[in-house]
Amino acid sequence: MTTQIPVEKRAARYAEWITPPGMQFASPEVEQAYKARVQMFLDAIDLKKPQRVPVVPFAGFYPFAYAGVTPREAMYDYAKLGYALKKYHTDFLPDALAGSPIYGPGKVFEILDYKLYRWPGHGVPETTPYQALEAEYMKADEYDALINDPSAYFMRGYLPRVFGALSNFPMIGPWTDILELPFTGGSIIPFGLPPVQEALKTLMKAGEAALEWIGAALAIDGEEMATLGIPGLMGGFTKAPFDTLGDTMRGTRAIMLDKFRQPNKILAAMEKIVPLAIDLGTRSATNGKNPVVFIPLHKGADGFMSNDDFKKFYWPTLKAVILGLIENGLVPYLFVEGGYNQRLDIIVDPDIPAGSTIWMFDQTDMKEVKKHLGGWACFGGNVPNSMLKAGKPAQIKDYVKRLIDDVAGDGGYMLATGAVLDDAEPENLHAMIDAGKEFGVYR
Amino acid sequence: MNALVEAITDMREEDAVRTANEMLDRGTSPIEVLESCREAMGIIGQRFEAGDCFVPELILAGEILRQISDVVKPNVTQASDVKKIGRVVIGTVQGDIHDIGKDIVTFMLDVNGFEVKDLGVDVPMAKFVEAVKDFKPQVVGLSGFLTLAYDPMKNTIKAMRDAGFTGKVMIGGGQIDEQIRQYAGADGYGKDAMAAVALAKGWIGA
Repeated sequence: MTTQIPVEKRAARYAEWITPPGMQFASPEVEQAYKARVQMFLDAIDLKKPQRVPVVPFAGFYPFAYAGVTPREAMYDYAKLGYALKKYHTDFLPDALAGSPIYGPGKVFEILDYKLYRWPGHGVPETTPYQALEAEYMKADEYDALINDPSAYFMRGYLPRVFGALSNFPMIGPWTDILELPFTGGSIIPFGLPPVQEALKTLMKAGEAALEWIGAALAIDGEEMATLGIPGLMGGFTKAPFDTLGDTMRGTRAIMLDKFRQPNKILAAMEKIVPLAIDLGTRSATNGKNPVVFIPLHKGADGFMSNDDFKKFYWPTLKAVILGLIENGLVPYLFVEGGYNQRLDIIVDPDIPAGSTIWMFDQTDMKEVKKHLGGWACFGGNVPNSMLKAGKPAQIKDYVKRLIDDVAGDGGYMLATGAVLDDAEPENLHAMIDAGKEFGVYR
Repeated sequence: MNALVEAITDMREEDAVRTANEMLDRGTSPIEVLESCREAMGIIGQRFEAGDCFVPELILAGEILRQISDVVKPNVTQASDVKKIGRVVIGTVQGDIHDIGKDIVTFMLDVNGFEVKDLGVDVPMAKFVEAVKDFKPQVVGLSGFLTLAYDPMKNTIKAMRDAGFTGKVMIGGGQIDEQIRQYAGADGYGKDAMAAVALAKGWIGA
């Protein structure tokens, strides 16, 4: 049965997005520009024709390359972070903000001895973005521990391997041990032990550094919204349960082997992860005062599994997360990395209501996307990063024009890069944005 | 198709390893066991090219082969001098630490008869230059997942050419296409591991 969009809940979230509480715009014109942009997003999501196609390149570390700031500086020097983002937004005037928090606080990661990633100047060159270091941070025989109590498993099993600073957290018992007086004293003992106290002190230090970072980041984003009228396109974040396991817990190789060796454990763990993923998406979007929940899709792409396995392992729990978010008045934004040419028939699921999701594609045939998703969901993406790096402005202008001619005519469409943009020629990105604004006007 | 080939191509891991052990116990020569593994991988490679099996199957097959060769190799008295059909140097370019795609390509080149020197990830240009001098490959494979791998690929190819390397260079990764092949000055690019095998075989005339 098709889930119903909760009209009032969603309208309240839309209202908060288009009229951000407490926001003081620099001028009525800027406020007007901000609202016009959000209205274009809302129209596209609602499968209407906006005033014009929203142009929303997905800026990764590109703003820093453009402004002559290294990725290292972006993660450590918040003045430079702000300088580069401001320059990028001012010069390119995209319709959506490249939010500053996604670049992360290098100092916090250093304090915590974060092992899951290498970041600029910390395992990869200062000129390179952060990259995940694949490993089995969750071991093959730990599914039952995860299924039994995800939070306890994260605190005592998984996170102590991810953060060196938390390596002694297994000494702490599960919080659910603490039930009644005669047995409560024992649960508190670990907090008196020097290794645990050391870990807690380190966490507090990391927390202070995180506060310093988020203060700077929110100021950067707030100023850009207030002075340039550029809204954020995303408010929250969550993940597909299969990717939660496959990306940063078991790792790509291990999750693929688990699919043969212990398929039922994967399925049971994902069931457990579904409500956590809905909760994460809902809380983060509520905090972000923006109904769009970003969900990057990784390990269900073409080639990564068969359609049968996609229907068994990837889609059911992702769909449950999508529906859970929709029921909370939110708009799931599926960022489809790689190709989904084999999956289009599956994702256009009759249980998902029309006008409730955004789908951004990379290497998927956009005419097929239009054929499948048109009239059902807002879609976009596909401008190749390779072209933005190695192509010529005229080529990009043609590509964008053709794309808009082919698939944008009925509305419900946003123009975006296929993948996260780290490297490009500025004239090429200008060509993409200008072409989108020129050819994307609906008459 | 013998029972071992069947077990491997059906992705029955335990059966495959047990069958290999039973064959050895019955006195089947280790070379013959490895031959069956190769036959199975040939079939899996064809299925992959046809879109009937996918990366997880390649990874599992690799895992099965590893377990079987752990058992077989000590039993091989002479070096199992299967003639290698060509030499390939492979690595992920500087600044990029992604290894999964590269590892699958390495494995598929290996089971298809190439001698592969894998330089690992985040490989500086100088290391590629040194490797083409020492190892004298006919083919070099450059891997990169990030769009920031484009320039390191281009620079690495130039450095190898400047050092006199005259063999072929192929590139691969999630954001690699014909535009980047031209930009980087590579001879070919591939979308997956079997494409890499086809390119390398085509170039050496195998």
